[in-house]
Amino acid sequence: MSELRHISRREFLKRTGQAGGGLVLALSFTTACSPKAPIPTMKGSSAVAPNVYVNIRNDGKVEIYCHRSEMGQGIRTCLPQIIADEMEADWDQIELIQALGDKKYGDQNTDGSTSIRNQFDLLRNAGATAREMLIAAAAASWGVPASECTARNHAVHHEATGRSLPYGELVDAAADMEAPTEASFKARSDYKYIGKSMDTIDGFAFTTGQAIFGIDAVLPDMLFASIERCPVHGGKVVSIDDSKAREVTGVVDVIQLPDPTTPPLFNILGGVAVLATNTWAAEKARKALIVEWDPGANSAHESSAYREELLKSVTSDGKAVLTRGDVNAGFAAAANVHEAVYYAPYLAHAAMEPPAALARMTEDGGCEAWACTQNPQAAQDTVAGTLGIDKELVKVHVTLLGGGFGRKSKPDYVAEAAWLARESGRPVKVSWTREDDIRHGYLHSVSAQYFKAGVDAEGKATTLLQRSCFPSIGSTFNPLATGPGGFELDLGLLDNPYSFANMQLETADAKAHLRIGWLRSVCNVFHAFALCGFVDELAHIAGRDPKDHLLDLLGEPRLIDPADDGAEYSNYGHPLDKHPIDTGRIAAVVEKVADMAGWGRKLPDGRGLGIAVHRSFLSIVGVVAEVSVDKNGQPTVHNIWTVIDAGTTINPDRVTSQMEGAAIFGMSIALHGEITAKDGAVMQGNYDTYPVVRMSDAPEAIHVHIMESTAPPGGVGEPGVPPVAPAIVNAYFAATGKRIRELPLRKAGLA
Amino acid sequence: MAIELTLNGKALSLDVDPEMPLLWAIRDVAGLTGTKYGCGKALCGSCCIHLNGKVIRSCVLPVSAAAGASVTTIEGLAPDGDHPVQVAWRELNVAQCGYCQPGQIMSAVALLEQNPNPSDADIDAAMSGNICRCGTYTRIRQAIHKVAEDQS
Repeated sequence: MSELRHISRREFLKRTGQAGGGLVLALSFTTACSPKAPIPTMKGSSAVAPNVYVNIRNDGKVEIYCHRSEMGQGIRTCLPQIIADEMEADWDQIELIQALGDKKYGDQNTDGSTSIRNQFDLLRNAGATAREMLIAAAAASWGVPASECTARNHAVHHEATGRSLPYGELVDAAADMEAPTEASFKARSDYKYIGKSMDTIDGFAFTTGQAIFGIDAVLPDMLFASIERCPVHGGKVVSIDDSKAREVTGVVDVIQLPDPTTPPLFNILGGVAVLATNTWAAEKARKALIVEWDPGANSAHESSAYREELLKSVTSDGKAVLTRGDVNAGFAAAANVHEAVYYAPYLAHAAMEPPAALARMTEDGGCEAWACTQNPQAAQDTVAGTLGIDKELVKVHVTLLGGGFGRKSKPDYVAEAAWLARESGRPVKVSWTREDDIRHGYLHSVSAQYFKAGVDAEGKATTLLQRSCFPSIGSTFNPLATGPGGFELDLGLLDNPYSFANMQLETADAKAHLRIGWLRSVCNVFHAFALCGFVDELAHIAGRDPKDHLLDLLGEPRLIDPADDGAEYSNYGHPLDKHPIDTGRIAAVVEKVADMAGWGRKLPDGRGLGIAVHRSFLSIVGVVAEVSVDKNGQPTVHNIWTVIDAGTTINPDRVTSQMEGAAIFGMSIALHGEITAKDGAVMQGNYDTYPVVRMSDAPEAIHVHIMESTAPPGGVGEPGVPPVAPAIVNAYFAATGKRIRELPLRKAGLA
Repeated sequence: MAIELTLNGKALSLDVDPEMPLLWAIRDVAGLTGTKYGCGKALCGSCCIHLNGKVIRSCVLPVSAAAGASVTTIEGLAPDGDHPVQVAWRELNVAQCGYCQPGQIMSAVALLEQNPNPSDADIDAAMSGNICRCGTYTRIRQAIHKVAEDQS
């Protein structure tokens, strides 16, 4: 098989002799040929491509190339919504094709909730320029000015004469045309698909087992690989006894992988691979390997000792990264000073599909891979670097992703498959087991946060010191990284929206001993948990209702620029005038979510509401959680209300589903998630030792509201997560009077 | 010796290690990839299939234990992909990434066959072995209720 093809409902019906039924989009992942070049083709051609994202065929079909990865956020539905809307294409005439990794598409790293917030205009332009090209082609064939023609319903119309030409019949005429590089966008009031809850484009494939994920990729004659890696990060193979492993039926080869690098980057993590004719034989034989390891410098890493290190670092002098007013003067003048330390552990992504990739060497000395990757261009780079070949010789097909959450933007597993394909001379699929995934991932960082507040005689907090301490993602790229830095500080530290007269934000060092990476909403997870929890503490100290106090602390509606207080702040790569930190919009979200939840209503004993709000990835999300606590201290989350202001949204149902999913993901962080290390090795391995929220934990309902807005789009995939855990711990406090400053709650609740 | 079974209504002969979990026989040998790996230890439900009409975790069942049995996977649930549970899943746009949904659907079908009108508590009890990391649980509940209502 040289292509991964998702069959459409129609094809499925034809194949099973049940033809008939509604029209749905073909779900083609066909990428055996590269997408059409952006140059208009010759006269009499069968198709014309105004740009790399659109190809119009003379049968009337419009092929749209989705250059972003689908991992559940719905981009394969939302991306064609934008392009089809701008080009006035008929939704039923769209064929969606998953694009290869290729720099001609621009940024393909499906990470940081960027697909819409960074590329809305790019995608609108792809549709609008296609529309203008078709209008020009029709106008030329009729000999009338283009300004007299309009595009509507997959055709160009000349209203004055009542003539019209469907898009498919304009392909030849358009083939002679230069496609414009820019075109004006439709008025918002004319949108047909943008802002509509179109059904998930892959819905039929998802419900019939036809959807192809990385783990599902197959090629003739391929081998299945399972890799034994050193339990300690950075450790190396000393010796291998593979005699027993090679006796297992189906085993073809045992191959040692290259040693891990320092820093780890996205490179292969080392280890020993068993290659077999099926997954079971590879895994069975892997258990029979005898490998002696040199565990290296990280073998002393132990979580409880490391926790003490972090607590010591975070309560020692830090490095100021933002200073407003004078915190020392503020503390000296305060009637009362309140301190607290928050702590949150390492987390694993634990996407339902573990990392998996298939690769083969090609006759031109290149490599072709199929992978569930969030970042196919990084996969090209990493494979090229691993094999020592040109990036242009590496072709990466993107399958569906069975969850990503940031793990699958690091393509180490694609490089493993490529290396083994070259060494074995056969196509190789690498599949990580669940234990591999949890023990050898790029973990979300453990963190400690220190707070000190100065409170005046009326109970009002006027001064805040926050110090953030965690091993940095930078350590994955730079062996000299000593602690928080760079973009990490933008994620819920420097963008503090509160009106403290004196505020100092600091960082404290922490050395990394495991591979650190980014997980859905990244540092916002622990920054929001700590800050939203501490703000709730300040409400209690002031004797105020937490919601009213939160609104007061946000202060008058105003725009905040952290640079005014000396911070280097990048605002997720966007100017603040386009995407401001607007306390008025934050307050509106707080008011709305409180209203939805019936804030202030009487609840039975042992039950409470908690509120939290957080801006991340240019969107604002407020959450109220309703929690009861049993006599053993164990919480039940009954309801979650979520309000998001993401500016302009494309598909309200997919935004809603992301908020529902974020509520569950945030609950897993709040209640369950904890990775620990002993002797340098991760202690957890599967869903028994690393539990996540199940149906029985899920709230009775998750109530979502999307704020109406014409502002530019913000992110959606990540911003729903950060406020969930603090809303839950604040509700826990409301229910019990017990303040939770350490996650996960399943442990803290028992104390 | 080959193991004989029926897979989605068709006879199948598998010449494999009898210890091989049924999951890998279905995926790697029979070539049906709709049934998913998620944990290998019957913890997550991604590999749920029907064995003689009962839902089981195929990642821990040796293929030898399925000898002579009738196995149904997501691909064989309904010839046109229009089982009422599949239809309800699509109408409510339950899936996010979609990976766990074949297992969720196989569990939901088994639940509804035993209990055509399950309560939330019944659903929680029957479905808590199926993890969804995207967090589609509340929609799964709604979809199961919808099937029950549509069929009553």
